[in-house]
Amino acid sequence: MSNEQGSGLARYVLGRLAQAAFVLWAAYTLSFLILWSLPGNIIANITGGQATDLTKEQISKIESTWGLDDPLWLRYLNSLGRALHGDFGISFATQQPVSRLVAQSIPPTVAIAGLGFLFALVFGVGIALAATRARWRWLSGLLLALPPLGVAIPSFWLGLLLIQFFSFAIPIFPSTGNDGFVSAVLPAITLAVPTSALIAQLLASGLQQALAQPYADTARAKGASASRVQLRHAFRNAVLPALTVSGLVVGGLLAGSVVTETVFSRNGIGRVTASAVSAQDVPVVQAVVVFASVVFVLVNLIVDLVYPLLDPRIVTVRRRRLPVTPIPEGV
Amino acid sequence: MTGPLLSVDDLRVEYRSGRTRIRAVRGVSFEIRPAERVALVGESGSGKSTIAAAVVRLLAPAATVTGGGIRFDGADLLSAPPRRVRAVLGRRIGYVPQDPTVSLNPVTRVGEQIAEVLTIHGLANRKTARIDAVAALEKAGIDHPAERARQFPHELSGGQRQRVLIAIALAARPALLVADEPTSALDVTVQRRILDHVDDLTADAGASVLLITHDLGVAADRTDRILVMSHGRIVEAGTPEQILGAPQDPYTRSLIAAAPSLNTVGTTFLDRARLAAPAHTPADPPDAPDAGSAPIVEAVGLVKDYHSGGRSSRAVDDVSLSIRRGRTLALVGESGSGKTTTARLVLRLAEPTAGEIRFDGQDITALRAGALRRLRRRIQVVYQNPYDSLNPRMSVGRLIEEPARSLGIGSRAQRSARAAELVDLVGLASSVLSRRPAELSGGQRQRVAIARALIVRPDLVVLDEPVSALDVRVQAQVLELLARLQAELGVAYLFISHDLAVVRQISHEVIVLRGGVVVEQGPTEDVLTDPRHEYTRELLAAIPGHAQRPPHGESDAGTAPSTARAPSTALASSTAPARSGAHTTGDIR
Amino acid sequence: MSESTVVNAALGSAPAHGRPESAEDAAEHTGGRIASVLSYLRARPGLVAAVIWIVLLVLAALAPTLFTGTDPLESVALPRTAPSAAHVFGTDDIGRDLFARVVHGTRLSLGAAALAIAIGVVVGTVLGLLAGYLGGWVDAAVMRMVDVLLSIPAILLALALVVALGFGTVNVAIAVGLTSIAGNARILRSEVLRVRNSTYVEAARAGGARPVRVLVRHVLPNSITPLLALIALDFSSAILAISSLSFLGYGAPPPTPEWGALVSGGRDFLASAWWMTTLPGLVIALTVLAGNRLSRAFTGEGTLR
Repeated sequence: MSNEQGSGLARYVLGRLAQAAFVLWAAYTLSFLILWSLPGNIIANITGGQATDLTKEQISKIESTWGLDDPLWLRYLNSLGRALHGDFGISFATQQPVSRLVAQSIPPTVAIAGLGFLFALVFGVGIALAATRARWRWLSGLLLALPPLGVAIPSFWLGLLLIQFFSFAIPIFPSTGNDGFVSAVLPAITLAVPTSALIAQLLASGLQQALAQPYADTARAKGASASRVQLRHAFRNAVLPALTVSGLVVGGLLAGSVVTETVFSRNGIGRVTASAVSAQDVPVVQAVVVFASVVFVLVNLIVDLVYPLLDPRIVTVRRRRLPVTPIPEGV
Repeated sequence: MTGPLLSVDDLRVEYRSGRTRIRAVRGVSFEIRPAERVALVGESGSGKSTIAAAVVRLLAPAATVTGGGIRFDGADLLSAPPRRVRAVLGRRIGYVPQDPTVSLNPVTRVGEQIAEVLTIHGLANRKTARIDAVAALEKAGIDHPAERARQFPHELSGGQRQRVLIAIALAARPALLVADEPTSALDVTVQRRILDHVDDLTADAGASVLLITHDLGVAADRTDRILVMSHGRIVEAGTPEQILGAPQDPYTRSLIAAAPSLNTVGTTFLDRARLAAPAHTPADPPDAPDAGSAPIVEAVGLVKDYHSGGRSSRAVDDVSLSIRRGRTLALVGESGSGKTTTARLVLRLAEPTAGEIRFDGQDITALRAGALRRLRRRIQVVYQNPYDSLNPRMSVGRLIEEPARSLGIGSRAQRSARAAELVDLVGLASSVLSRRPAELSGGQRQRVAIARALIVRPDLVVLDEPVSALDVRVQAQVLELLARLQAELGVAYLFISHDLAVVRQISHEVIVLRGGVVVEQGPTEDVLTDPRHEYTRELLAAIPGHAQRPPHGESDAGTAPSTARAPSTALASSTAPARSGAHTTGDIR
Repeated sequence: MSESTVVNAALGSAPAHGRPESAEDAAEHTGGRIASVLSYLRARPGLVAAVIWIVLLVLAALAPTLFTGTDPLESVALPRTAPSAAHVFGTDDIGRDLFARVVHGTRLSLGAAALAIAIGVVVGTVLGLLAGYLGGWVDAAVMRMVDVLLSIPAILLALALVVALGFGTVNVAIAVGLTSIAGNARILRSEVLRVRNSTYVEAARAGGARPVRVLVRHVLPNSITPLLALIALDFSSAILAISSLSFLGYGAPPPTPEWGALVSGGRDFLASAWWMTTLPGLVIALTVLAGNRLSRAFTGEGTLR
């Protein structure tokens, strides 16, 4: 372990941190520009669409209350400063602090998203392993046909179908509500289907590729069993590319909650988003967008930092102690 | 002696893809006795690798054994249940795969990968396996074995990785080693050392060897018996002396005649093309070049640095060269020698860091846009891999015309007439004009690439390893074509190659490169018969086929250069007189 | 095609540097062109079904009366009549023919998807081409922008855009199109880099071709199939995103038939009228599947030459 290695690693970590900070700042700026650059629109939103009936005085009063009389760049700097302290302003529709509104709605969403992620992982990995391991061609063909199907099904439709079957036709799970584990099952499945399809697709193609690699043949020629080749050799190589979409997966679960919580009438961040969009409640929408971006960036940061531990090819350039060919071959 | 260790009996293997069925192995029988070394030799598609895969049970999913049997040590391998087969693989049969760069698990330490063989077969526990793995690495000839065992494959060179794979194959002291083209992806000098090492290790262990190779020279040097395969059948079998000395089958004879490494004496394609050339050669008459005409291209002090991640490396270091009209200069070296980079500099596809390039007396080092495009009319290129260098969307006719169209040369009718002429000149049927590259074989594609380079009537064609992706017999045909075209058209070649035996067939002068530095240069015959530099001698010694010289086989009339009975020293010429000219060596560092 | 080449291909034992051509390619060229197209399609019934489905949808969008003479806005039977020969998709809660509504909704849904694709593909392609072809700071700037856009989940970004632009199918389509730009730019860039670094492009330069000629004659023709695959994939995701947003109520206002809104309209009748959600939803799912299948035909499996 040399100093050079330490500084290389530090540079890698610092670089990733700086990149994450940049993306977050840019995402904030982008959402600010999209949502706040049309001032006339915003007054209509605040007042619930009656801007035309207002006198000039009323408008300027509203503008000064919400700080809209400042120029855009000043409002941007102020709001960015507040956002850094976790303050996203007051909701137009409910007059409550946006941060509290969003924070309160996170736990129920985490419940279904967490459960959904678990389902997705189990089914995604299970389908990929089974499909690449099946002895019969028809079975692996069948299993490999599932992920494209899962990706194509609109989740609002899937949720409604699940309600039809498991709440009305065979009443096992409640169709709506926030009461404990049972009520979370159907929403979690709804969230899990597209996610597990994504995981299964990536992992199955990764496994197929890895199993066709010459190094898999090397393992087979050692006398390794099919499951040893698959789990010890192919799986680790196949998981690496799949890891890089973790941010996408978690972001997808969060975004999926908008539709899912609407279908199942559950409280949560998705529901808050849906009603904020309906009411054109700009501060809430912006807070949700920034929150989603934070989650995405954090997950990716973790993956970036963990990846070198799993894939020796990434950092060992700096870890090498022996030169590649210290002395001519075979001497 | 007991019975055979491995016996393959009337083996038949088919590949199925859609409704296409290809019989890859059509009834092959042979035996390997204990401690015997047997080589399966053939070109690509001969079925030799399929047999190796069948023995170690690594056939592709599309392949089916449709008949015959494989018995190892008396037990039937084909019908045995997987568990029984696994007990044999790795333990009694070791396997060395073709490409070391992709045959090791990239995320596992090499020591663990060796130890795995031992733990799978219960030959060691986890602790002792680790120690045994280091011992196996040391035996395979790897320096610092204890440290290397903790490294990952990407931290090792290609040759070192192949040694790791050999350590894996031999760790359990198997009775049979199956090696499928074990060194064809490696540089010649590395190939030689590794094969030497495999010879020693298997001889010590008394193991049998089944060596799969496309190279008759390697087979002759390394084995007791050679089986020559063609189109799924064994066409001839015998000792190296029998096969090389008195080949019976016409296919074997054509293979021997085509192999440059087995034809290191006597006339070359160059000599024969000169003799066959028509008297009305357009450019220089064949003898003129010696008279000292002005060089068509001249480069002085070329340097090329590459920068990546704050580090800079020098790919080409002070290389000077000069090619006269209608002559061939070969740049020879192993991977990383800077030969391809030098060619790209001459082609002006890369910018030199320092140095000067003159073409026909004009300084072209700094030519830009329009002037550079006008230069393209006079310098063309043929790439190594004919599968990548032809735009898959164009018909052969359009491909050949493309440089002329790009440069606005000739009318539409003239261009297509010239393309038709060229197709004929490079030995293709005119029907290929309307076909796509995907419909052609590798050799055909390379002929198209040559025709494309010639349509603008260039003065110089840069040939970047033009035959190294081709089978030996196709390789010989393309080399012969190149020599004939030069004699007829008077075009000069800059010929890039890793293979001195090929270079001998085609070039007038040679520059040997190593690590970007010129090691030796001079007329080809001089350099090859009297190498001054140690590295050149090493390269020459690495050319396989030295153990047995072909004592004059009667070669196929016309297509083959006649081989003369010769001493086993390298590349002596008994016909061409030593030419005068600078024959110099450079110092490395 | 000679037999030995086919064998080479199947055995995959071309010399170290050669890439063996696939046996499938070889087989395709043995017969005539039409025969090869037919055998290609015969081996892929799913692809044939997908193409037929898309053709039917396009017809329905251009001339809905080809498929149904019933007015989608009039009630023609009792509310919530189950599917029958007269009303194959049944009727909705005020007795309108659901099949007619789905057929007439095709124009709106497909049109919105087309608008979204046009925005996403055109802008994405231009950005990707610029980044890949120019490289340097242009590449860096475009790719940083893409990173930022991709850090926001697509649906949330589209929702923010809908809040800014206002509700309605056209705005929803614009929002979805803008959202897809980043991903498209990234894919196009890597595609350009792949082709640009290929030997045949260098061969074209060495042959004396001008940069424009290299781009038009060599790079673009070899990027067409990936672009078609991208368009097909964008079609699927646009259909999904637009129907999701109109399901949530940000699309066309009530009486207008639109696929996502139709599903939403049946939400309150899940127990009594399953067809009101199931059948329009099925049409959406099949459309998305067809788009994905088409996309796969352009990429993964050996394409027709």
